[in-house]
Amino acid sequence: MNVLRSSDEAKIPVPDRRSRRPVATFEIAYRQYLDETGVPVADLPAFARDPEVLLPIYRAMTLTRLFDARAVSMQRTGQLGTYPSSLGQEATTVGLASAMRPEDVLFPTYREHGALHWRGVTMEEMLLYWTGDERGLKWRGPVEDFPPAIPIATQTLHAAGAATAFKIRRQPRVAVAVLGDGATSKGDFYEAMNVAGIWELPVVFVINNNQWAISVPRGAQTAAATLAQKGIAGGLPCEQVDGNDVIAVHAAVSEAVERARNDGGAAVVEAITYRMSDHTTADDATRYRLEDEVSAMWKRDPLARLRAWIGDNGWWVKEDEEALVEDIRRRIEAARIALAAHSPQEPGELFDDLYAELPPSLRWQRAAMEDFRDD
Amino acid sequence: MTETTLVGAINLALHRAMSDDPDVVVLGEDIGANGGVFRATEGLFNAFGADRVRDTPLAETAIGGLCVGMAAQGLKPVAEIQFLGFIWPAMDHIVNHASRLRNRTRGRLSCPMVIRAPTGAGIHAPEHHSESVESIFAHVPGMRVVIPSSPQKAYGLMLAAIRDPDPVLFLEPARLYRSVKQDVKDDGKALPLDKCFTLRSGTDLTMVTWGATVMDVVAVADALADEGISAEVIDVATISRFDADTVLASVEKTGRCVIVHEAARTSGFGAEISARLADEGVMSLMAPVERVTGPDTVVPLPAMEKLYIPSAAAIREAALRAVAHQ
Repeated sequence: MNVLRSSDEAKIPVPDRRSRRPVATFEIAYRQYLDETGVPVADLPAFARDPEVLLPIYRAMTLTRLFDARAVSMQRTGQLGTYPSSLGQEATTVGLASAMRPEDVLFPTYREHGALHWRGVTMEEMLLYWTGDERGLKWRGPVEDFPPAIPIATQTLHAAGAATAFKIRRQPRVAVAVLGDGATSKGDFYEAMNVAGIWELPVVFVINNNQWAISVPRGAQTAAATLAQKGIAGGLPCEQVDGNDVIAVHAAVSEAVERARNDGGAAVVEAITYRMSDHTTADDATRYRLEDEVSAMWKRDPLARLRAWIGDNGWWVKEDEEALVEDIRRRIEAARIALAAHSPQEPGELFDDLYAELPPSLRWQRAAMEDFRDD
Repeated sequence: MTETTLVGAINLALHRAMSDDPDVVVLGEDIGANGGVFRATEGLFNAFGADRVRDTPLAETAIGGLCVGMAAQGLKPVAEIQFLGFIWPAMDHIVNHASRLRNRTRGRLSCPMVIRAPTGAGIHAPEHHSESVESIFAHVPGMRVVIPSSPQKAYGLMLAAIRDPDPVLFLEPARLYRSVKQDVKDDGKALPLDKCFTLRSGTDLTMVTWGATVMDVVAVADALADEGISAEVIDVATISRFDADTVLASVEKTGRCVIVHEAARTSGFGAEISARLADEGVMSLMAPVERVTGPDTVVPLPAMEKLYIPSAAAIREAALRAVAHQ
């Protein structure tokens, strides 16, 4: 016989009908450990005093910035297609990825180069993708990580789906979805949080709030005081962090990820950062935002902040910085050269991964494309 | 062997697939304790539990997106969209993700998922419950669109859809859910996808159709046989990817073709079949290709739905015109 269920109505205690008591309240905490100059403003988590944790993060953030600059210059010289810069968001993207375990699965947007790199996607693979070549998404590193979501917010539901698979299979793994401030306006995000709440899914939604969805500022995106609080509607714990303080991002996402791994359910972390660049190389942000705003934001540079902290502690000196920059530049150049060695895709490759096996009805189209190529 | 309805055959196939493969997970609205509004998932919740038979919140976008994430992890989600008119919120996930994931990752990830939905008019349902929109999905690369026309086909094609390593939209003719019964052997045998089925051999004309109108066309063909006209009837079954060869070979033999579908005429899948005949079969044709379809109107509310569905008289007239053409 079927299982019969009861509605919430049956479980709600009869309220005192003479008063208008609140039946639900919430607050959103804001987390920051280092101020803009790298000085602690709160009790630090243990890892913040461990150079073995912080230095790899710093190196990855530096690589993210230098890679990004090189990618933009490669686009300007016709070596890449349209490219979305992550300048200024290095703490958010590296901070969230460094909070994950290898067996967790990332569902990124197109601006999370730092997270992809941390997860093991090579610079060569990333550059190959941004030349406009799908083979760049057949990366050898984190083979279950999703390719960047280009439609907005869809990846939040894919992450919830993967988390459902982890739960069904009793795997102690976590799905981490990254989304932008604009994505919080989409229904997909709400539906993902909602189902993640009901099903107690091991998924963490990290909002990379860089204040701009192309030309639309955060204030024109929602009247809500925070983006984090949207998680309240799905019954999820949520908090806001300084997204340019990598210690805050790493700590908040780590806590959320480990809680999710231990059957504590989903969470939302809103990282407040800033998009220092144009939306993409095809965009001109001077059309819609003030230069003064952008230059003022350099004071919050996430790299300078972490560099100050590790420098003040004596873990990082000028020579380290010089050696790191030189090493990264060499690796980027090696990736750029390796890129040139990829032969162009054969026309037939357009067909070969449409289906596991090419249906008969497509075979002649594939053959025709091979026959009539213009080169 | 038991005599089974089409919805019963789908239920049998779901039970079989879930028993055979622990990766098969069923999800959708009201599909758990309730067994689905058409009862296609009846008994699955009790047999396989809440982990693998998941009532979703009332959110079709979520159903589409969850399937993508689950399938990429190697589960085989079989989702129910309660009525085809409610599939549009899931469209982004079907078109932009499920159908493309294998291609955009060059085979690194894939989406072995099935979305089931009732299709078509004729069950006196409210607005948005009676659409036939298969051709919209047939236009999407990377997808398959499958429409069974009988309990046996429903059983075998459903198993094939679930076992297929790529996304399949499985459209179940609601008008046939309980109107026909057939002996269905629950033997776990799948029918081939990407293959038309020739239901009736004939020499004078070829009648091509799918879904609920298959029954109507077979009835017309039977009646024509009494008048000495021999009609071959082809059930397309897999709209995408379409097996044109079977249709072309038949028309080569008969020289005449009538295409019947319930969906609106313009850009209906009949237009593609007709175009393929023009491309590759025109020298065989001895008469213009006839199409008997729903009109290019909104599917009406139940009071007029009989008018919308191609009538036996219209099908018969088209067949007679095709045969009479000199």
